[in-house]
Amino acid sequence: MSRLFTATVTENRRIIKDHYLITLHPSGKIKKPGPGTFFMLDVNTGFDPLLKRPFSLHRWLGRDFQLLYRTAGKGTYLLSKKRKGDTLEVLGPLGNGFPVRKKAKNIMLVAGGIGIAPIIGLAEALVPSKSVIKKGGMHKNLPVLFYGARTKNEILCTDDLRSLDMEPIISTDDGTLGKKGNIVNVIKRYLTAHPSRVRDSVFFACGPTPMLKALSTFAVRHKIRGYAALEEHMACGIGTCLGCVVQTSRGHKRVCREGPVFPIEEIIW
Amino acid sequence: MTENSTPDLRVSIGGLKLRNPVMTASGTFGYGDEYAEFVDLNRLGAIVVKGLSLRPRQGNPPPRIVETPAGMLNAIGLQNIGINAFIKKKLPFLRQLRTPVIANFFGDSIGEYVRAAEKLDNTDGIHALEMNISCPNKQAGWSIFGTDPKVTFKVVTEVRQAVDKPLIVKLSPNVTDISIMARAAEDAGADAISAINTITGMVIDIKSRKPRLANTTGGLSGPAIRPVAVRMVWECYRAVSIPVIGMGGIVSAEDAVEFMLAGAAAVAVGTGNFIRPGITIDVIEGIRSYMKSSCIRSMRELTGAAQC
Repeated sequence: MSRLFTATVTENRRIIKDHYLITLHPSGKIKKPGPGTFFMLDVNTGFDPLLKRPFSLHRWLGRDFQLLYRTAGKGTYLLSKKRKGDTLEVLGPLGNGFPVRKKAKNIMLVAGGIGIAPIIGLAEALVPSKSVIKKGGMHKNLPVLFYGARTKNEILCTDDLRSLDMEPIISTDDGTLGKKGNIVNVIKRYLTAHPSRVRDSVFFACGPTPMLKALSTFAVRHKIRGYAALEEHMACGIGTCLGCVVQTSRGHKRVCREGPVFPIEEIIW
Repeated sequence: MTENSTPDLRVSIGGLKLRNPVMTASGTFGYGDEYAEFVDLNRLGAIVVKGLSLRPRQGNPPPRIVETPAGMLNAIGLQNIGINAFIKKKLPFLRQLRTPVIANFFGDSIGEYVRAAEKLDNTDGIHALEMNISCPNKQAGWSIFGTDPKVTFKVVTEVRQAVDKPLIVKLSPNVTDISIMARAAEDAGADAISAINTITGMVIDIKSRKPRLANTTGGLSGPAIRPVAVRMVWECYRAVSIPVIGMGGIVSAEDAVEFMLAGAAAVAVGTGNFIRPGITIDVIEGIRSYMKSSCIRSMRELTGAAQC
């Protein structure tokens, strides 16, 4: 099971403006990717762009996998032009992923914008199957999802959340859906109203840096554990270029190897 | 020669015998272990490890890399685990290989260069030393060991006197005339030259008006720099009689052959390793096919064979 493989595009669907869902079918069996791990995709065979592009796992389908992405530059634009049947070279799964502990109490998932991509896969891994819930087990431990986006239209994956029986607590910058404002303020108000939730709780977060930074400050102040999935420009994805380091309380750490998921209190913003 | 006879890819670089002329460029292959999953390391000509210094270095703050057309700019800042940790943690793995290991090293002063070189020279499992002279010289203000031929001559002379293993000097391309630097290294006793290191560049974000690298400037690598590198290898080849190891944007066997025709006795693949791990093996096999189809029996027939 090589981590360098060819994958065929089985679907590459535009969901809303600038947002796409791609399904890839690896040529052979690959290592099962955990939530929060990522893949490097060769979006073109020429030299511009030169390097593979990192994308976090959205959903693992058993053999195929899905990536949810927003077009932001040349690489993602080229990826959005891939059609069913196209093939691309892929490296992965890479990185550590979220430390999934099903027994953890009071799991709070936090997604900002396209940061919802790995959070959905994580939610699927954390939420017990419906049969377990029917038997009355684990119901109280259902994770709570806080989900912030710019506007109503950019709230994605609502069908996935419905099938998981998850009711996200939503905020939008323009107030078109959920609370108006940033999601970290919503979390603060939620935990003020539910003080019992603060104990034994843990955050799993992915989103823009200002959101993660604000969440980190809040979590540290209230002694809440948390993990954040980071992104950084990277060349190799396997730990050799040292291009993707972030500053942590334990020195420079590579997003591709020691990360992309880091304990939230270790990150120096 | 018949079509079926096997070309001889072996080369000798300052006494170091390689089974083929394809090495890994320092800083693009870690300490080898990360690539073991993707590359049969025993098939490489040599492994050049990430640049080492006496003490570990944290390197520059992020962001450290930015892509450019057909290239990338990096300002890693020579982050490394230090020579002691390398010997203890990384070298035991490399010692198990049949492939020669070349230790790239640097220092902040001539004294540090010498001490680092001595330590590596006295360590089993390291077959040659590659000296990176493209770093700032603390003793001489802003000048760089690799841009003033007198300083280059001095630092290489001191290191040469301290070590027995083959000594390769990796030249900076950020000079007006690289042949002067190549001659300074040769005169100081270098066994071979590596050319080229990255070319200093800069990218500015037009929205924020800030440089894209925290370090402001960085080193450009990848196919974008290849013609510059080929030209400089050709200039070095004409200037010195010691072997030249060519590098700069090699991503295929054709690229490697171009460097050899310009005068390279061996080549190194750098940024190509980032594009696709395993690319080195394709380059080796491609060179073999090229030699076979062109009825070239040995590397000597290729080196410097460009008709200029």
